[in-house]
Amino acid sequence: MTAATALIAEDEPLLAAGLKADLARLWPELQVVAQAGDGAQALALALQHRPQLCFLDIRMPGMTGLEAAQAMAEDWPHDTPFPLLVFVTAYDQYALQAFEAQAVDYLVKPVDPARLAACVSRLQSRLQDRLARQTPADALQAAVDQLRGLIGSASSAGTTATANPPRMTVVPAQVGNVVHMVPVEQVVYFEAADKYVRVVTADREHLIRLPLKDLLPQLDPQAFWQVHRGTVVQARYIENAKREESGKVTLRLVGRSETLTASRLYAHLFKGL
Amino acid sequence: MSSTASPHAVRQSTRWPLTQGRFWLTLLGMSVAITGLLLLFNRQDPWLMFLNTASITFGCALSIQILLNLAIRIAGERRPGWPPLAWTVGAVLLGTVLGYTLGGLLGNLLMGRGMLNPLSGLNSRQVLASLAFALVPGAIIVWYYHTRERLATAEAQAQNAQRLAAENQLRLLQSQLEPHMLFNTLANLRVLIALDPARAQTMLDRLIGFLRATLNASRLPLHPLSEEFARVDDYLALMTVRMDTRLQVQLHMPPELAKVPVPPLLLQPLVENCVKHGLEPQVAGGRIEVKAASDGHQLLLTVRDTGVGLDAAATSGTRFGLSQVKERLHTLYGPAAGLNIAAATDAEGGTLVSLHLPLTPTSPSP
Repeated sequence: MTAATALIAEDEPLLAAGLKADLARLWPELQVVAQAGDGAQALALALQHRPQLCFLDIRMPGMTGLEAAQAMAEDWPHDTPFPLLVFVTAYDQYALQAFEAQAVDYLVKPVDPARLAACVSRLQSRLQDRLARQTPADALQAAVDQLRGLIGSASSAGTTATANPPRMTVVPAQVGNVVHMVPVEQVVYFEAADKYVRVVTADREHLIRLPLKDLLPQLDPQAFWQVHRGTVVQARYIENAKREESGKVTLRLVGRSETLTASRLYAHLFKGL
Repeated sequence: MSSTASPHAVRQSTRWPLTQGRFWLTLLGMSVAITGLLLLFNRQDPWLMFLNTASITFGCALSIQILLNLAIRIAGERRPGWPPLAWTVGAVLLGTVLGYTLGGLLGNLLMGRGMLNPLSGLNSRQVLASLAFALVPGAIIVWYYHTRERLATAEAQAQNAQRLAAENQLRLLQSQLEPHMLFNTLANLRVLIALDPARAQTMLDRLIGFLRATLNASRLPLHPLSEEFARVDDYLALMTVRMDTRLQVQLHMPPELAKVPVPPLLLQPLVENCVKHGLEPQVAGGRIEVKAASDGHQLLLTVRDTGVGLDAAATSGTRFGLSQVKERLHTLYGPAAGLNIAAATDAEGGTLVSLHLPLTPTSPSP
């Protein structure tokens, strides 16, 4: 067995160094192959280095550790085993409850050495186990199931959700100094694009400045389905859904020639009755 | 304030006082007094006179009582507490007529005059005079009720105010001793002890200063501006250890303003907001500037960050820190102080909070 590899994502440099030092003491063979200071970097480095373990701080700038993990599960190549995840947080009761419920590994800062030692030995035996009898696809599916369970857990965004905002009936999309009022019924899908969201209808598309995660609560969840971290599609415009080998689902749309991809986290929405 | 007083307490005060000895004693005393008064003008058997007076007094009191309770119950459906003035007057007048008639009848029966209408045989002036006289018990009952009501409401209000103050203090303490901040700081300290004991010690001193100031903040009404800046410096030093190069700090206080008295930890929540909602969410971090200045009459304080800005920050976190600072300024200085939050106007962006308060502490406006 080659030496185990790990990624550490932590925005506070001293804490990253501390965790690395503690791990070096408890698990000398472990190689920390990448260190990230924010969520987006964690995602990029994880996909690049494909470590066997990821220690993810929850509260990080840009993207939380949880969001980074969910994005990893969406983009992970299906022929490589998905890393074992360990979330790290200073204080987050809701997240801890969710982790308990989904049997996800976590550490609480300041990290208690005995607790870290127990975590290390559990990770070691799970890595052994996995080599012996889990295919990459099984490992990925197990992680997807866990992460799906964490979606929508109260603190996944690290912010307090605002009380039910009113439902949007038209989407005001500004082009120059003209605001187009696009009725939501006509929206085929919304797609996050950098700081904007693309609003796509059968024959047109617009850009709005509202982030997707702020838009989502204003949409009827029965009509609009999130199918990817960056895509929300109106269900009645989905003509058919085809399951791919990678575990992703390709969606053909009514009135649009392009297809959309539903990620593994949302593939369960497209099971036939 | 009265609208927040617990309706429960008010309803308690207006309940039936029949079980209270004081109520009966008052009526008895009143009957004796009226009997004595009447005996001065009207030579009759004192015992019979007393029976008659007491019947009327008790009759009036009970009728008014019943009518008032009825009024309270009906009016209370819409608004708990004391019924409107018109209802009260109506209940007293109607209760007096009713009580006088029924009480008088009873009195006549007891005195062996049979079922004689107490108002018969009197001319209209005498009827009016008797009824006016009979108003006395009603007035006393209403007064009794009102006093009780007022006392109970005042007590409820005082309790409420006390509860609110305690709650506020707890929330203030909770917001300042935020567990996430505290545990992250301790985690950093734990690492630093192994890596750099001298720096760890400095950090611990900062933490001690921060904790002591937070726990003492509610005890002192004012402290010098230099002290305020020292506490802000403590907090930002802790945050700098954590955020490293992602946080740059600039504090500026002209030495001549060092002794100006300010409410303790006034700037703390503002600085915390900058870090938590402005800079921490930003991958590149940024700078925070805290400045003091004076125009000769006022102390001007500004807290500025180069963070994500108001629009982005508005969606995260509560505005408790900000409203709490506003509230404190208002209680201490009234309209002489103020706070303003706006987007920073230069190219670096971020948020600018500016506040002004009198240079010399004046007595708070009521």
